[in-house]
Amino acid sequence: MGKTIAEKIFDTHDRGKPSGNNVVLDIDVVMCHEITTPIAINDLKERDLDRVFDPEKIKVVIDHVTPSKDSKTATQAKILRDWARRQNIKDFFDIGANGVCHALFPEKGFIRPGYTVIMGDSHTCTHGAFGAFAAGVGTTDLEVGILKGVCSFRLPASMKITLTGELADGVYAKDVILYIIKKLTVNGATDKIMEFHGPVVDAMSMEARMTLCNMAIEAGGTSGICMPDKTTAEYLWPFIKGEYASVDAAVEDFKKWHSDPDAVYSSELVFDVSDLVPQVTYGTKPDEVKDISDMEGTSVDQVYIGSCTNGRIEDLREAAKVLKGKKIAPTVRGILSPATPKVYSQAMEEGLIAIFMDAGFCVTNPTCGACLGMSNGVMAAGEVCASTTNRNFYGRMGKGSMIHLMSPFSAAAAAVKGYITDPRTINA
Amino acid sequence: MKTFGGQALFLDRNDINTDEIIPAKYLTENSKLALKPYVLEDLKLPGFNVQEDIARANVVVTRANFGCGSSREHAVWVFEVNNINTVIGESFARIFRQNMFNCGMLAIELSKEDIDTLFQLGGDVIFSIDVENETLTAKGNKEVSFSFSLNSFDKDLLVAGGWLAYADQKF
Ligand code: SF4
Repeated sequence: MGKTIAEKIFDTHDRGKPSGNNVVLDIDVVMCHEITTPIAINDLKERDLDRVFDPEKIKVVIDHVTPSKDSKTATQAKILRDWARRQNIKDFFDIGANGVCHALFPEKGFIRPGYTVIMGDSHTCTHGAFGAFAAGVGTTDLEVGILKGVCSFRLPASMKITLTGELADGVYAKDVILYIIKKLTVNGATDKIMEFHGPVVDAMSMEARMTLCNMAIEAGGTSGICMPDKTTAEYLWPFIKGEYASVDAAVEDFKKWHSDPDAVYSSELVFDVSDLVPQVTYGTKPDEVKDISDMEGTSVDQVYIGSCTNGRIEDLREAAKVLKGKKIAPTVRGILSPATPKVYSQAMEEGLIAIFMDAGFCVTNPTCGACLGMSNGVMAAGEVCASTTNRNFYGRMGKGSMIHLMSPFSAAAAAVKGYITDPRTINA
Repeated sequence: MKTFGGQALFLDRNDINTDEIIPAKYLTENSKLALKPYVLEDLKLPGFNVQEDIARANVVVTRANFGCGSSREHAVWVFEVNNINTVIGESFARIFRQNMFNCGMLAIELSKEDIDTLFQLGGDVIFSIDVENETLTAKGNKEVSFSFSLNSFDKDLLVAGGWLAYADQKF
């Protein structure tokens, strides 16, 4: 019987099956940020267990609220900073070098096909784009990960999701994943891995695959995962060129992780996305999704472009296509938060930042900030945001505020008009 | 092992997310106890008054996909510091369920029919829960008993008092 990619990763990282259908996995990368890690650090200290299993396998960033906005967030940052120094963690990213974790860590080449990755953050599923098993965990799992380098998971079943056809102009990975979540519901992939296949995924860049995998959790999925291929190898090449003779050799090697043709899935779904149009959420759950034309005219107070879902260079390029030479509506506050310093400087080089600023956007430093209603764009009750983030939970971006999730292309169109509109009707 | 059971609090909705259980803006607290007043602050349910309803509660009874969204273990801690020891639902988001057992707390899955029965009991409902034998009794205007099943690993975590204690012994 064939195996799925997840089963292959579980097999190679198996540290024992304590009981039930749980497997304890060796973890290759434990990632930490300042919101969920400080309590773990304090608890380890209290228990006299203030150590780490391997400082090289721990990656640390201050990203959720940075620069710190008040004494409490400054304390969280300090706990993390002091700990990273004390434990000799080299890969620690502070102000000036920090960015949104799920955009920053892939960019640094920390994720490889076949890896096991955990973080105290639900969108850790993003890293499945590289053919890794990457899952969000709570603080206790994180604590054990930091201390012992292991984490326990129930053997997850995998769903095979095949995307066929070709994406139309103006339709992106974000639209695809919103559509899939609508079909699966917020509970449809719970305890499952969403394995993405098909020509649409093959044609996607790593950035787009990350957008796809990022929102697996919004369908309840343990992780999203893509087969590592030439696109993966080319993205990782600067980091792996010492290990392989050529990109092709890396591609060949990555195939060992691919799901076997006779692997067993809990379900197999095929979506032809050729007729897909831009999507948007209308409610307060990520499966409450409509065609954007059905929301035409819904006015917005703020447009937010950024986050681990859509704050990468391609996202900025798509939004800039719409914004170039235009002004955003006077009723709208436009906020761009490039996800990492690299994205930021590349966007400057390409002239994208100038386009955003000329259009009337405020550009913030790389941070999560507004995405979780912490800083840099928190909204007032009754306000509405067109957002490229991943969660439209009621009040997430500020108590009593409403969020409509969409692609950067659609968000930019909403900024120009002051209301939600089909972005394809704006001549880009 | 903790003791499980007590007074019920009914939250009649699917997909209650961890932002509703504890909003992100309180995640800047560095102690579990500091979270206490903010429990379920953003949950909007007809007839639900957080401060009044939470005060006597020990067991939350809810519907499907409870605890979806963010991985924040704060959602479990805020229950813990409010004397809630058990959540009973049709299903849970994976991370939330794991966080419960990791903290030595109990998450019980029952069928939709059984959950419906609990919601219809009426009166002040009190739970007695026997983890060893995987049975529970709920006494309101009527009394009902159900059996449930626990993953044996999760049961081991309850006995050990959580994942850290367990992992520290074995790995
Ligand atoms: S950008 Fe938003 S969803 Fe992503 S890690 Fe930051 S807070 Fe979480």
